[in-house]
Amino acid sequence: MAITDIQAYAHLTDEDVEAIGAELDALRRDVEAARGDSDAEYIRRAIALQRGLAAAGRITLFASAFPPAWLAGTAFLSLAKIIENMELGHNVIHGQWDWMNDPEIHSTNWDWDTTCPGEQWKHSHNFVHHTYTNVVGKDNDVGYGILRVTRDQKWHPVNLGQPVYNAMLALLFEWGVALHDLDLEAIRKGKKDRGVVRKQLKQIGRKVGRQVAKDYLVYPALTGPQFLSTLTANATANIVRNLWSYTVIFCGHFPDGAEKFTLEEFETETKPQWYLRQMLGSANFHGGRLMSFMAGNLNYQIEHHLFPDLPSSRYAEMSERVRALCDQYGLPYTTGSLAHQYAQTLRTIWKLSLPDSLLQKTSDDAPETHSEKFPLPAVA
Amino acid sequence: MPQQERIETRPARMRRAVRWLTTPLLPDDYLRLLNPLWSSRELRGRVVQVIPETETAATLVIKPGWGWTFDHKAGQYVGIGAEVDGRWHWRSYSLTSTPTDEAGVISITVKAMAEGFLSGHLTELAAGTVVRLAAPAGDFTLPDPPPAKILFLTAGSGLTPVMAMLRTLHRRDELTDIVLVHSAPTEHDVLFRAELRSLAEQHPELTYVERLTDREGMLALDRLADVVPDWTDREAWACGPPAMLDAAEKAYAAAGVPEKLHLERFSVDLAGAGGEGGTVTFERTGRTAEVDGATTLLEAGEAAGVQMPFGCRMGICQSCVVPLLKGSVRDLRNGTDHQEGDRIQTCVSAAAGDCVLEV
Repeated sequence: MAITDIQAYAHLTDEDVEAIGAELDALRRDVEAARGDSDAEYIRRAIALQRGLAAAGRITLFASAFPPAWLAGTAFLSLAKIIENMELGHNVIHGQWDWMNDPEIHSTNWDWDTTCPGEQWKHSHNFVHHTYTNVVGKDNDVGYGILRVTRDQKWHPVNLGQPVYNAMLALLFEWGVALHDLDLEAIRKGKKDRGVVRKQLKQIGRKVGRQVAKDYLVYPALTGPQFLSTLTANATANIVRNLWSYTVIFCGHFPDGAEKFTLEEFETETKPQWYLRQMLGSANFHGGRLMSFMAGNLNYQIEHHLFPDLPSSRYAEMSERVRALCDQYGLPYTTGSLAHQYAQTLRTIWKLSLPDSLLQKTSDDAPETHSEKFPLPAVA
Repeated sequence: MPQQERIETRPARMRRAVRWLTTPLLPDDYLRLLNPLWSSRELRGRVVQVIPETETAATLVIKPGWGWTFDHKAGQYVGIGAEVDGRWHWRSYSLTSTPTDEAGVISITVKAMAEGFLSGHLTELAAGTVVRLAAPAGDFTLPDPPPAKILFLTAGSGLTPVMAMLRTLHRRDELTDIVLVHSAPTEHDVLFRAELRSLAEQHPELTYVERLTDREGMLALDRLADVVPDWTDREAWACGPPAMLDAAEKAYAAAGVPEKLHLERFSVDLAGAGGEGGTVTFERTGRTAEVDGATTLLEAGEAAGVQMPFGCRMGICQSCVVPLLKGSVRDLRNGTDHQEGDRIQTCVSAAAGDCVLEV
């Protein structure tokens, strides 16, 4: 049934909730005051590295018929696309670097190297997902409209195919993201204005046209007789990026312990309760500096959801204070290795392809969702 | 200007073709990593030399990058952005170089103000620093050809736009009958002192009157005739502190020749009337900021990470104007209140209570 009463679920008094809110507000202020040269240097170096890798990849692929060059070029390009989407695109579009007042690293001007137009992403992700995080029926990221990822979503025979849809989504992730803001379900139910749909389709079409032309026409053609090997290299880079971003993103809200919430909870919540929903609804995974960089620091999903517009370079240090706060109030700080988190995600997706009658747990006490009927263990 | 844009130059055509390789970025986004000046997406410049002028003022010689056209008019100002602790800050300064410069550089002269945050930083920039530039603007310029009789009335760093005019006239050998009356506290504070004296020596048609106010006191503009007997016959350009410009306006109005006076309010006096402050909401970006009644809405927006439109930052150019959707704001120059529905200049306005801006 998902969580309606966060305080009952987590054994928190009104004073506790206020204190947690105040502590998190203080954390935001501290980071805002500390932002400076070193942060600016970080993002500029990330941009230079990414563009260098992209250029190196494209140039190497001018010898794509030569297998080692194909491999190296594909690797460079895959890395470039991953960094661009994760650490740059996602985070810049969130406004994490707007404080620099640099028009070239700003949420209003950035468009990323994927088929999804930046402007639509801002709506479907920055607004819908980050506002309604894990509110079943409101947050389209709960299953992306094609997967049942919690028992709170009603089973339908079509869900039997979930293992297949999931694999397809992983491979074609960028296309799923591109169509995400269209909200196919709303269109199917006739809930969406046709004019808006037409406008969005046009925008997607333009972006897709340019992206597809670049990767599957212009660069292959420039390499002349190596057209096909360049094309396969580019396609491979796009798929590698798809698989990685899919994995990182699915590990943000689908592992066990990332709770789901009811609309009623959302409608009555205060700012500190909003923080609690973000904390309880997100999951991290372990990662050193390299792993965090390649994941756009989204392995700090909890910190990202608490402060989506603070610089990603600060999430690691912020996680210490967030974790200490969770410990203090007996709140779970969901994390684990990437393999562990993804294994749980995959298990949930496969399992929930079956109807509830074949499952043991209910939506009050399942691994992926609880309600206040089964609260967290009380703190001593 | 639109005329020019329609005719596509060869570099522009090439850039558009190369865009197919760099989409969604521009070729410039890659090239500027090789050389910061190889980008016309944002105007940039490299400081090539910092020349001390007085104890507190320095001239920055800047080599502009791609996209800069050496066609500004003498007397115009340029926006300059510099990075301080990761953030870009912008101010406007008059260009002191002549419009067509064979050396491919421009110059501005900056006086470090005691209360000025960026000016002090700019005068201490190291050669090689990359700055951002905004296209030149401003209508404090001479007509072409220049009038037969001119009076320049300047004080302090208000000399800078006039210096660009004098240099340009000198270069073109177009000096007409000119009187320059310049005020500064002491002779050590006079910008370009040697150059002014040399110009006056070379050109008998130029009269340079220096007023050192620590010794001689402020020039009383209601008694301008004592210094320039034929002042009402002259087309005048005045630039200096607000009090001096107010006095000049009064004097010209009293003499019945207000149309002869052209002003540049080089530094705005924002101390006139504070607002109450409040919460400013930036509607389109969805951001908010708590501000006091002395902070301009432009500064507040930039501090909150909103891409605010801006230009001169001194209430002249109207580039920063945005609609006020709710609440009221106060013009810091004169205390005028603006209400919901007005279009307001964010660079000289502060919140008078909570307000919402459409940006």
